[in-house]
Amino acid sequence: MGFARYIPIAFLVAGLVLVQQVTQHTGTTFYLTQLTMAAYYALVITGLCLLMGYAGQISLGHAGFFAIGGYIPAALTTYNLEPLREKWLVQTLDAAGLLTAGQDLYGQQVLHVHPWPSCILALLLTAGLAFVIGMPVLKLKGHYLAMATLGFGTIVYRVFLAMPLFGEADGISAVPPFPLLPGVTVSGDFAARTENYYIAFGLLIVGLLFLINLVHSRIGRAFRAIHGSEEAANAMGINTPRLKLQAFVISAVFAALAGVFLTHYNGGIGPSEASVMKSIRYVAIVAVGGMASLWGVFFMGILLNFMSLRGMFGTYDDAVFGVILILIMLFAPNGLLRLHLWQRMRRWRGVDKPKSRTE
Amino acid sequence: MQFCLRHGGLVFFMTPELFLQYLFAGVTYGLIYAIVAIGFNIIYNTTGIINFAQGEFVMLGGMTAISLHHYLPLPLAIAAAVAITMVIGALIEMVFIRWLHNPSILRMIIITIGLSILIREGALHIWGEGVRALPYFNGNEITSIVVLGVGVSPQVFWVLGVCGLMVAALYLFFKFVPLGLVMRACAANRVAATLCGVSTKNMVTFSFVLSAGIGAMAGCVVSPITYSQYDGGTNLAIKGFTVAILGGLGNSMAAVAAGLLLGIIEAFSISVVPLAFQDAIAIGILLIILFIRPHGLFGNRSAAMLKEF
Amino acid sequence: MSFLAIQHLHKSFGGLHAVNDVSFALAAGEIKALIGPNGAGKTTLLNLLSGNILPDAGEVIFLGKPIQGLKPFQIARRGMARTFQNIKLFPEMTALENVMVGRHMRSRSGVWSGAGNLPWTWKEEAGIRRKSLELMEFMGIAEHAGTEAASLAFGQQRAVEFARALALEPDLLLLDEPAAGLNIYETAELAKLIRKVRDRGITILLVEHDMSLVMDISDSIVVLSFGRRIAEGNPLEIQNNPEVIQIYLGEDDA
Repeated sequence: MGFARYIPIAFLVAGLVLVQQVTQHTGTTFYLTQLTMAAYYALVITGLCLLMGYAGQISLGHAGFFAIGGYIPAALTTYNLEPLREKWLVQTLDAAGLLTAGQDLYGQQVLHVHPWPSCILALLLTAGLAFVIGMPVLKLKGHYLAMATLGFGTIVYRVFLAMPLFGEADGISAVPPFPLLPGVTVSGDFAARTENYYIAFGLLIVGLLFLINLVHSRIGRAFRAIHGSEEAANAMGINTPRLKLQAFVISAVFAALAGVFLTHYNGGIGPSEASVMKSIRYVAIVAVGGMASLWGVFFMGILLNFMSLRGMFGTYDDAVFGVILILIMLFAPNGLLRLHLWQRMRRWRGVDKPKSRTE
Repeated sequence: MQFCLRHGGLVFFMTPELFLQYLFAGVTYGLIYAIVAIGFNIIYNTTGIINFAQGEFVMLGGMTAISLHHYLPLPLAIAAAVAITMVIGALIEMVFIRWLHNPSILRMIIITIGLSILIREGALHIWGEGVRALPYFNGNEITSIVVLGVGVSPQVFWVLGVCGLMVAALYLFFKFVPLGLVMRACAANRVAATLCGVSTKNMVTFSFVLSAGIGAMAGCVVSPITYSQYDGGTNLAIKGFTVAILGGLGNSMAAVAAGLLLGIIEAFSISVVPLAFQDAIAIGILLIILFIRPHGLFGNRSAAMLKEF
Repeated sequence: MSFLAIQHLHKSFGGLHAVNDVSFALAAGEIKALIGPNGAGKTTLLNLLSGNILPDAGEVIFLGKPIQGLKPFQIARRGMARTFQNIKLFPEMTALENVMVGRHMRSRSGVWSGAGNLPWTWKEEAGIRRKSLELMEFMGIAEHAGTEAASLAFGQQRAVEFARALALEPDLLLLDEPAAGLNIYETAELAKLIRKVRDRGITILLVEHDMSLVMDISDSIVVLSFGRRIAEGNPLEIQNNPEVIQIYLGEDDA
C-alpha cells in the first residue's frame, strides 16, 4: 500500500549501477572501496535515525553497538581453538559444524569459529545487551539519557581497549572473509571490489526497506507520536516504554550488523570504532540529514562518510563533524531540508509551552 | 598496625602510609571533580543547560598557563590563563547560546557537545598531542612535606587550599554578595527577576564566566600532578557530571562531598581493579545513580526542582 | 457494578493537600462536571484518574476494577480517554495522523508486520484512515485533514484533540477545560457536541470553569475547594447551595 514510498529505492538502485559502471569505464574502481565502507556506516546511521528522529531518543553511545558487532566475530574468527581441541565445548561446536579448520602462515593447524555463527551470536548479544541496557536507560530523559548513553559507549570503548582478548590498543586484524552464501563473500579482496560494493548496498537497501515500511506503519506512527508528545502518546494507549525499547534494540542491531560486515570487509577492527567521537559523528549526520528524514539521513550518511574516508577533511576530520553538529543545531535543528518549518515550530512551541511555571 | 581490605577470599594488607597516600590522591582528584561539578551546577542553576564543554575549561586553563609561562612568571601566567579562559567562556555564551529562543534540551546538549569537540580539536591543533605540565608551585616532583608519617607533595596542599578557597568564596558570594543573590534569583524565577530589573541575559553570561574561571583555576593548580593534555577535558566532564548528579544536580555543597567520595573510591580502587578500568568506575557509578536515584544522594525529588547553590 | 467510583483519594505535594479525601461516583452515560475555584485540585484529580499522577492514598474503581497505580497507557487501554488543558497534539503530524494515533489501541500491526508491509496491514490501515476521517467529519474539521497540526487555529486544534480522544472508542471521556478560550457561540457548539458524544454511549467527566456550559449540560456536579469535596448534586441544587455560593463569592463568572 502506498507504493510511492519505494520510488526513491528505484532511483537509488539505478544510481548505484550507474556509479559502478562509470568507475569501471574510467578505471577509478578504487572509489568503490570507500563507497562500500560508507554504505556500512550509513546502515548504522539510518538505524540511529529511527531512534533519534522518529522515536525522539538521543544516543551518544551507538558506536558501542557497532563495535560489539565488529569485535565479537573478529575475536571468534581469529581466536585459535586448536590448543583446546580436547575440550567438550570445542568438540560440540565442531560436531555442529560451526568451526572451520585451516592452516596459518606457518602451516600449523588452526581452528576458528565460522563467520556465520559468529555473526548470529554478535547480533543476538547486541540485541540482548540493548534490551537490558535500554530498559533502565530509556526511563531517563534529556541530559540524563544523553549522559547514560555516553557512559555506556565509553565503557564499551574501555573494555575493548583494555582486554588482551580484543587486542587492546591494536585491535584485531587478519579477520577472514565472510562467506555469506555460495559464491557471495564479504571480503576486502581487491578483485571482489564490485561484488562487495553490491553486497554492501544490497544490505543497506534491505535495511532501508525495513525502516521505510516501519515508519509508514502503525508502529512508525506511534514512534512519531512519542516524539511529538510522550504524555499524549501515553494517553492514547501507546506503551511508550516498550516502543522506545523496541526502537533502541532495532537501531542497535542495525549498528551491530554494519559492524559485522564492515569488520569482515576491512579484515579487522580497532577500539577507535567504539569511541565517543564515532558516536558523535553518527549523531551529527542524523542531525544534518534531517533527524526524521530517512532519505536525507541516508544521503548525508553516504556523502559525509565518503568524504571523510577519502581524507577530504584531513586532520580536521573530527572537528568537521563537531562544526556540522553545532551549525545544524544552531540554524537548522530539523535538518537542512526543513529550515522554513523551523520558524513555525518556534511559534507553536511558544504557544504550547510558556517557559514553564512548573519547572 | 595495619589495615585490612578484604577482596574475594584474599585479604590485602595496607600499610597506613599507603592508605594515606591513596587518601590524599583521592582527595586531590576528588576536589577537581567537585570543581567541575560546581561549574556544571552554576550554569545549570542559571540556565537549565548542562554545559558539556565544562571539562574543556579545566584543560584550557592548564594548557594556556603552560604556554604563557614561557613568557611570564608563574603567578601571572596562571592569572592570565584564568582570565583568558573566562573570556572564552563569555564568548561561547554570547556567540552560541545567547540568541537562542527557548531551545529544546536536545538541541542544547548537542550544541555544547559540539562546542567541546571544537575546543578539543582547537587545542589539538594549537598544542599537539603531547602531555605537558606546569611546574610545581614550590620545589619539584620530589619535594615532599611529611604528614602523619607520609610524604606528601606540597602541590596537594595547593589544590586543597585553592579549591577550598574557591568553594568558600562561592558559598559566600551566593549567600551575601548582591550579584550572587541576583544570580540565585534568576535561577529561581527568571520572569520575576526580569521584572525586578535584572538583566537575565547578562546573568547567563556571567554564569559561564564564573564556571570557566573556577575550572581554569583548578586546571592550573592540579596540572603539575595530573599533567595537561588536549583531550583531558572529556574525562573530567564525565566525572564532573557524575559528581554533580551524585550530589544532586544544582546542589554545589553536596557536589564537594560527592566529589571527595568519587575521588577516594577511585583512588582506593587501584588496589583491586586494573588501572585500565579505573575510569569505568566513575561511569559505573553514574549509571547506577541515574538508574536508582537520579536526584542524587543528597537530594530529594522535590528539592531537585529547586535550583539553589 | 458501578461505572467509576473514586474512594477517599488523597494527594499531597510537599505540605499542600491538593486532593484531600475526595470521594464520588459516576454512573454510566451521565455527564458529570467537576468545578471549583482555581487551586481547588480539579486538574490534579483528573491526573490522578488518568494515571499521570500517583495517589498517596485511596482507590479508583473503573468498570469494577481498581486502576490506581496503573500507568496512563494501561488506563487508556481500559477505556478511559482524555483531553489536555494545554492542547497536546503531535505538532509535526497532520491533523488526520493525530486522530489516527487515537486508533492505535484498536489496531494490531506490529514491528514485523509493519516492516514487512504485509497485505493484511493494508486493510487495517485503510480502516484506521476511514474511521479517523469519519471522526473528523463528526467534529466538522474534515477539510483540515492534511494540515500540519501546528499550523491549525486554536479552535481547530481543540477539535482535533477531541476527535483523537474519541478515536479510542472510550467508555469514559475526561475533558480538561474544553471551553477554555472559546467564545459564546463556540461554547454553545461545544455543548451540543458533548451531548452528541454522550448519545453515542460515552460517559463524560469534565473539569470546567465556564458556569453556563456546566449548568447547561451537566447531569450532576461535584464542587471542590482546597482539595475537599464540598458539594455534589444536580445543577439546581448546586446553584442554591450556600457553601458553593460562598466560595465563589467575588468570582466574576456567568
